[in-house]
Amino acid sequence: MTEHTATVHKATKHDSGIKHVSGRARYIDDVPEPAGTLHVVPGMANIASGRIKSLDLDPVKQAPGVVAVLTVEHIRGENDTSPAGIADDPVFAEHEVTFHGQALFAVVATNRLAARKAARLAIVDYEADAAPILSVSDALKADSEILESYQFLRGDPNAAIANAPHRLTSGMAIGGQEHFYLEGQIAMAIPGEDGDMTVLSSTQHPTEVQHVVSHILHIPLHAVTVETRRMGGGFGGKESQASQWAGIAALAAQVTGKPCKLRLDRDDDMIMTGKRHDFEVSFEAGFEDDGRLISVDTVLAARCGHSADLSLGVNDRAMFHSDNAYYYPDVRIKSHRLRTNTVSNTAFRGFGGPQGVLFAERMMDDIAIETGLDPLDVRKANFYGQDDRNVTPFGMVVEDNIIDNVVSQLEESSQYRRRRGEIDLFNQTSRFLKKGIALTPVKFGIAFTLNHLNQAGALVHVYTDGSVYLTHAGTEMGQGLYIKVAQVVAEEFGIDLDQVKIAATVTDKVPNTGPTAASSGSDLNGMAAKAATDQIKARMRAFIAERFQAQEEDVIFADNKVSAGGSSMTFGELALEMHLERISLSASGFYRTPKVSWNRDEIKGRPFFYFAYGAACSEVLIDTLTGEMKVTAVDLLHDVGKSLNPAVDIGQIEGGFVQGMGWLTTEELVWDDQGRLRTHAPSTYKIPSASDVPEHFVTKLYESAGNQEDTIYRSKAVGEPPLMHGISVFSAIYQAVASIKPGVKPQLNAPATPEAILSAIASMEPS
Amino acid sequence: MPHELSFRLNDESINLDDFGPTDTLLDFIREKKNLTGTKEGCNEGDCGACTVAIGELDKGELTYRPVNACIQLLGMAHGKHIITVDHLSAEGDTLHPVQDAMARLHGSQCGFCTPGIVMSLFCLHEDQTDPATRETVNTWLAGNLCRCTGYRPIVDAALESCFGSKAPFAHPTSELSSIDPAKSLFTGTDEAFFAAPATLKEALDLYAKHPDVTPVAGATDVGLWVTKRLDELPKILYLGRILGFSDISETGDALTLGAGVTYEAALSHLAKFDPDIKELISRIGSRQVRASGTIGGNVANGSPIGDTPPLLIVLEATIELQSVSNKRSMPIEEFFIEYGKQDRKVDELLTSIRIPTLKPGEHLRCSKISKRFDQDISAVMAAFKITLNGGAIETARVAYGGMAGTPKRADRAEQLLQNVSITDESAWSPAIAALSEDFAPMSDMRASASYRMTAAQNLLRKALLEIGGVSSGETRVTQARPGDLEAAE
Repeated sequence: MTEHTATVHKATKHDSGIKHVSGRARYIDDVPEPAGTLHVVPGMANIASGRIKSLDLDPVKQAPGVVAVLTVEHIRGENDTSPAGIADDPVFAEHEVTFHGQALFAVVATNRLAARKAARLAIVDYEADAAPILSVSDALKADSEILESYQFLRGDPNAAIANAPHRLTSGMAIGGQEHFYLEGQIAMAIPGEDGDMTVLSSTQHPTEVQHVVSHILHIPLHAVTVETRRMGGGFGGKESQASQWAGIAALAAQVTGKPCKLRLDRDDDMIMTGKRHDFEVSFEAGFEDDGRLISVDTVLAARCGHSADLSLGVNDRAMFHSDNAYYYPDVRIKSHRLRTNTVSNTAFRGFGGPQGVLFAERMMDDIAIETGLDPLDVRKANFYGQDDRNVTPFGMVVEDNIIDNVVSQLEESSQYRRRRGEIDLFNQTSRFLKKGIALTPVKFGIAFTLNHLNQAGALVHVYTDGSVYLTHAGTEMGQGLYIKVAQVVAEEFGIDLDQVKIAATVTDKVPNTGPTAASSGSDLNGMAAKAATDQIKARMRAFIAERFQAQEEDVIFADNKVSAGGSSMTFGELALEMHLERISLSASGFYRTPKVSWNRDEIKGRPFFYFAYGAACSEVLIDTLTGEMKVTAVDLLHDVGKSLNPAVDIGQIEGGFVQGMGWLTTEELVWDDQGRLRTHAPSTYKIPSASDVPEHFVTKLYESAGNQEDTIYRSKAVGEPPLMHGISVFSAIYQAVASIKPGVKPQLNAPATPEAILSAIASMEPS
Repeated sequence: MPHELSFRLNDESINLDDFGPTDTLLDFIREKKNLTGTKEGCNEGDCGACTVAIGELDKGELTYRPVNACIQLLGMAHGKHIITVDHLSAEGDTLHPVQDAMARLHGSQCGFCTPGIVMSLFCLHEDQTDPATRETVNTWLAGNLCRCTGYRPIVDAALESCFGSKAPFAHPTSELSSIDPAKSLFTGTDEAFFAAPATLKEALDLYAKHPDVTPVAGATDVGLWVTKRLDELPKILYLGRILGFSDISETGDALTLGAGVTYEAALSHLAKFDPDIKELISRIGSRQVRASGTIGGNVANGSPIGDTPPLLIVLEATIELQSVSNKRSMPIEEFFIEYGKQDRKVDELLTSIRIPTLKPGEHLRCSKISKRFDQDISAVMAAFKITLNGGAIETARVAYGGMAGTPKRADRAEQLLQNVSITDESAWSPAIAALSEDFAPMSDMRASASYRMTAAQNLLRKALLEIGGVSSGETRVTQARPGDLEAAE
């Protein structure tokens, strides 16, 4: 693809950039409230598991400013917000409490502070269970599963391990992660005539919010309109878990007949909404002298929380990515999905993939310790092949493998070998400080593994002045989807980008959509928008061909003009003339991802359209007296195919890396033995700050000939894959710790807080 | 006494005689003035999305500092100029240089943290007293969390736009000059009020009359009682306008800080004691927190962690307390009685802290252990003052935060360090081991008891190593002390 482009492939700034910096970008809480707007605050359970003996809401009702107190009794439809549609996620818990922080009721008041104060006045009498199931190990002991276990199996892994020249057994705990979107969960519901409900929701999935509101209110889908202009961050946390808050706001609006707004306080948000799944991983591996795997047997046990939510897909994706970029000849990947009395864990950038990849990388590091080889050499020895050794544990052939190239280029540009040598020398003489360096690859499958989600729509209007209106199924959470799709439309019409109005995502413009998730936003919506412009352009071509006596295929859209046969007219003139000739200037486009065919029950087919690749090299310095750690240098190389927008893509790569680094270093979720989250605010839950990012932080896009598959302008998805570059930091920490005692595998769990690092150091000393 | 709160908000003069004593500045900006550029991210002063610039007159000049509007009480704005992001450039106008750089260099993604970041960078642009380095930018950004970008483009934008020629920006100096700093403010009734007295006497009189009043200095702690615990605090006594309360005096043998001195104001003075103190203060909260929070407040609220009390304890600081009828002083460690209990009578105010300067032979070290380097609360806070006589330790003062219900000295360890060689590591072992007699720390979300103990012991060891001559470049992942070599690259 060497064709010249005017708008696509250019580093255009975010469409809302100037609005962001000037404070004029409107989020839902900034939209002027209609007169009489009421404020809604949920009241929560303060036990993790048990039964509600009585719920006395009189003190709540009598509190100043309270207009109504909503309970299950107000729900005309279903008391459910479950994305899985299995009715295990109540709007309000009725008899049974299944996690600390579960919503029991909601207060509607004239102002938010009054509602917050009133929500704390409920008198609840519980019969609390003595021993709630809180952790992965609790759940394994109690055999507490929320979904059936699932596995991929090839060959006879146990026999192959038994016969291998080298064997190892290892494992680790992998912590969860709070999304910490800067804009918390929020929705505003505005009742209309005929019982209609308009909901402004900060959601990645307006259609699902529409469904949940429809079910709760017991009104048809056509009576519910959900609009999302932008989110102040999503990261998966607003894929399924925006629905409950929108549902409660809509319920309040239905009950009171007034506009109602629900914005969760930050602490409530962190307590009441799900997080990245935490895992315990144990594995055995058999391998050759050169570190090449013969067989892998792993168990991935995940804490799903009290309900299924999206745990099926999350855990499947953990399995799909527990090979990362490596070929496992004989293999068993077993996944347990555990029910606990904790908030329901949910989508989070990578959707289980990062946990699977972290397992794979830990295994590579462990093999390196056992063999004494450089971990990078172990990794390279295990990469998928081009023509053989190229079938994943789930039977899909890796057809677009470029990992050798990506890794070799980064190995060179980061000067990995030289630095590794210097670090070994440093570690031999440094008494208290140790360094580590790691270069880790990423291969990430692109497509929803739930097939029907691989579709999107777009709506494009051309107005008679040549200006264009664009809306599509995808939502904007900061990832730059809107600008990318607008670039596609401007490119297709040959007009300036500022001629394209990027409109909010609304369920009455583009219906029946999937979530903006799985990194698929630009793949799906870019193609859907192109499908719309293709239709309008076909009409334009026919019109121009006739007008200028030219061939349709000779019509050119460029420079705000449409030309053929030596004649041209402006895009605006064309639009007006077509309108006068009564030709439609509007089209809806539709796209569904080709080739994907995963059949989960039969463990067969192709779950992914293609793979995105990348590699990261990180260096760290640790203090063996305190466990403190500094990331000192980072180099990233990432494959986005032919980038739709290099500036946006680099932003995704850098931001994804830092988020992944935070997951594995400073971000620690702590629950107490009562099942109460103790890290429910930024004072106690620490996402990276500016000084955690090293000065040497170099990000490059892989020079790609373009996606092998026919994606929009041969680009690749970019949202999730770079998060896994953060694993290079964790691996570098592991190397630094392991340098203290060569040949011994440290017990390092994630996140690698100072305490975890010190504990890993201690784990190598026989006590 | 004026009964009207008066300040400038952007280009508007605000005069209010009716507002809630605990109304926050953020709610006023967003809900009363409908200036929605400023965002609420966490409502507890930790994310920086609500950052606004607060200008204060000092010798006729307006100095702007970033603060978290979510935990500023509205009444604290009296006599000040508040700038929100909405004011930096009107729609269609030229962007302020920091806005322009942020947009052009792709410094925003979701955009929700962006207004706060722009305001922090605006303050840096206005300030320009720190060197034009990445470290300066990181320090100014520590209180602004961004979850999308990974900060690199934001730091680039700051380096490009915050140093060098200043963009012209109207300072309403004359408008603010009309608000007399010598006049006290009292709004409300005897049952519910916001009082900002201009003299210590008035403050103490008010406290004597209303022993149930809540004294507030920077509100970086009290703010959370309001926004998170939802406390009803009908009577607020704001100490920030008391003349002389924020005075700093350096004499030959001591530094005396008025109780209202902010961390930011104290920084350059305390930094003269030892470079470790500069690093410590720079890691307390964020620029926003340090612009509001006071050392006096840090002592008076009796947090078991600190961060300054362990340091002040080893420095042998004394504090002064005053009530209408009495004035007394005490060594600071005696102030902390037990968890949640300090030696402060109900109508007493902490008025000043006197810190003796280090004498020849006295060596200071302090360390803060937290999950994140910047803007985190310590798991363990350690401070050491070791007096050497030749190669031997004459006396040792060792104090920790996070190891007990109060900031506390390690009595047994201190005894065992006496007359011990500073270069013989094995001689330190009894003292290091004795920390487990001195303390029985607890486990919480910041660290386990066993980690706290191990870290405390290793920090003592590290301090002794460094004072004994080992370069801090060999013992620290953070920057080495000036003069010490960095870990070899």
